[in-house]
Amino acid sequence: MVAVLRKELADYFTSIRFITLFLLVFFVSAAGLVAASQGIRSANLPEGIVFLGLFTTSGAVIPSFTYLVSLLVPIIGIALGFDAINSERAGGTLSRILAQPVFRDSVINGKFLAGVFTLSVMIATMVLLVSGYGLSMIGVPPTAEEVIRLFFYLFMTIIYGAFWMGLAILFSISFRRVAASLLSSLALWLFFSIFILLIAPGIANALAPVGDGTQAELIRNAEVQRMITRISPNILFQESTTVLLVPVVRSLGMVSSSVAAYMVPNPLSLGQSILLVWPHLVSLVSLSAVCFGISYVLFMRQEIRAT
Amino acid sequence: METYAVEAKDLTKRYDGTTVVDRLNLQVKENEIFGLLGPNGAGKTTIILMMLGLTEPASGTARVLGFNPTREPLKVKRLVGYLPERVGFYENLTARENLRYIADLNGIGYAEANERIDEVLEKVGLTESEIMEQSGPNSKNKKEKTVGKYSRGMKQRLGIADVLIKRPKLVFLDEPTSALDPKGINQLLDLIADLPRMGTTVILSSHQLYQVQRVCHSIGILSKGKMVIQGAIDKLGREALAGGKYQIEVETIEPSPQLLENIRAIKGVLGVQAEENILTVSTDADLRAAISKAVVQNNFPLIQMKIQEFSLDDIYMKYFRE
Repeated sequence: MVAVLRKELADYFTSIRFITLFLLVFFVSAAGLVAASQGIRSANLPEGIVFLGLFTTSGAVIPSFTYLVSLLVPIIGIALGFDAINSERAGGTLSRILAQPVFRDSVINGKFLAGVFTLSVMIATMVLLVSGYGLSMIGVPPTAEEVIRLFFYLFMTIIYGAFWMGLAILFSISFRRVAASLLSSLALWLFFSIFILLIAPGIANALAPVGDGTQAELIRNAEVQRMITRISPNILFQESTTVLLVPVVRSLGMVSSSVAAYMVPNPLSLGQSILLVWPHLVSLVSLSAVCFGISYVLFMRQEIRAT
Repeated sequence: METYAVEAKDLTKRYDGTTVVDRLNLQVKENEIFGLLGPNGAGKTTIILMMLGLTEPASGTARVLGFNPTREPLKVKRLVGYLPERVGFYENLTARENLRYIADLNGIGYAEANERIDEVLEKVGLTESEIMEQSGPNSKNKKEKTVGKYSRGMKQRLGIADVLIKRPKLVFLDEPTSALDPKGINQLLDLIADLPRMGTTVILSSHQLYQVQRVCHSIGILSKGKMVIQGAIDKLGREALAGGKYQIEVETIEPSPQLLENIRAIKGVLGVQAEENILTVSTDADLRAAISKAVVQNNFPLIQMKIQEFSLDDIYMKYFRE
C-alpha cells in the first residue's frame, strides 16, 4: 500500500490540477483575510474570541473565510477523487496494477489516503495562512481555547472534504466514464448546497402545514424544515463550524422569545460548544465512512475486465 | 509424474447466467509456449483472469505454479506476469517511471529496480534514442519522453518489459501482437520464443494462427468456453487431418513396381501410392530414414523427400467447420 500511496502523492503534487487548486487555496485565504480586515472592527467581539473573528467575520461584499472554505472544500474533494478508478480503468492501467502482488484494497486505500493527505495539506495551509497574516494584522494572539477550537475546525473540514472525496471515488467506481462521475458529483454538491434549501420549505409545508398560524404549528413547520436541510452534509458542516468558531451561538434550534429574554449573551465554553455539534460531528464522520465503505465494497467485487 | 506450470480441472465461470468458461481442463508444461486459440468471446481472457485470481471461478479448480490463484492470489501474482490485451501506462510518466512503480509494487528495492529496468528495456529493444525526447543536436540536457508520446508498438514492447521486470516463472500474454506492424510482430515473436530459455513458461492467447504456429509448442483451441482440442501442434495435425498417420512424399525418377513393393515391406509403412515421379507413403511413424535408404538401395535417385506438415489453419478450420 505504501507504494500506491507514494505514487498517488507524487501524482497529485505534480499535477496541474493540484497547482490550480493551490491557487484557489491562496485566493480563498486572501479573500478571507480581506473580509476579516473589513468586518472585524465593527463585529465588536467579546474578549477571548477575537482571534476566531478572523475566520468568521465577513466584509462589505466578501463573505467570511469559513463560508468560502465551505464552498471550496467540496470542490477540492471532488477534484481529488472523481477520476480515481475510472481513469485507470479507461487507461488500461488498472488490470496491470492488480496483476502485481498487492491486495486489491491497497489500491483504493492508498488512493483514499493520498487524497486525504493532500486535502489536509491544503486545508491546513489555508488555516495557517489566515492565522499568520491575521495575527500580524490584528495583533491579538489566540487563547488556548481558540487554538483548540481551530483544531476542531480543521478536523471537521478534513472530514467534510473526505466525505466529498469518498463520494467522488464512489462515482468513479460506479461510472465507466470520467465525465459522468465528475458531473454526478457536482450535481449532488449543487443539490445539497442550494436546491435542498429551496425545496425544504415546500416539503415542510406539505408534512406540517401551517393552517391557523398557531405557535405550535409554526414551530413544527420550522423544525421539519430544519431536519430536511440537515440531510445535506453542507448544512451540517456550516452549522457545526459556526458553533465551533462563533462561541456566542448558543443554540441551533428554535428559541422562543420568552426564553431568549433570559439567555445571557456571552460565549459558550468549549465543552458546551462541542456538545452542541456532537451529533453533527458524528453524522459527518459516519457519512464519510459510509461513502468510503460502499466504494470499498464495490471496488472489491467489481470485475476487472477491461472491456 | 510431470509437473505442470498450469493445471485446470473443470474450471467454470458464469456471468449473469451465461456460461463463459465451461468445465475447462487444461495442462501446460513448464518451459513451454502454449497458445490459447479461439474466436473472440470464446473465454480466453476470462481463463487468464481466473488463473491470476483476478476473477473467481464459479466451480472447478486451477493450480498455477502449485498455488491456488483464488486462495493465494499474492503468491501467484508474485511469480506470474500478465500483459493485458489493451495494455495501458500512466501517460504522464516516462517509461522508467512506469516500470519503477511496478517494481515498487513488487517490493523491489530502488537500486535493484534500476538495474532491472535497464536490463528489460534492453531486452525488449527500447533503445536510449527511442525513449529520449527528440531535441536539437546542441541541447545538452536530455529528457525522457513520457509514455503518452510513444507509438503503439513501443507501448506494446514496454508492456513486455513491464511483465519481465519481476522475473516471472510464467507469463500470460493476451493478444500481444494486436495492433503491431509486421516488423514489430516479428521482433515480439522472437522475444517470446526466447522466454522458455530463461525459465519462463508462456501462455499466449491469440487468434493470429500463423503467429501462434511460429512460436507455440502446443495449443488449445477454445470454442464457446469449451476446450475443443489440446496438444502439440504436429500431433494435433496428424490426428485431425490424416487420421493420426504420417504422409511422406518422395520424389524420384520413374519408380518401378519393385521399388513400391520394397517400400511397402518396410515395417510401419501402411500404404504407398505412385503418381508419376512422386510416391506418397503413409506410415505410422517418421520413417524418412528407412524410406530414403530403400530408394537408394534400389538404385533410384532420391530427388527430394518431405514429410507433410499441418498448418494450424487446417486444424483450426476443421474444428470450426464442425
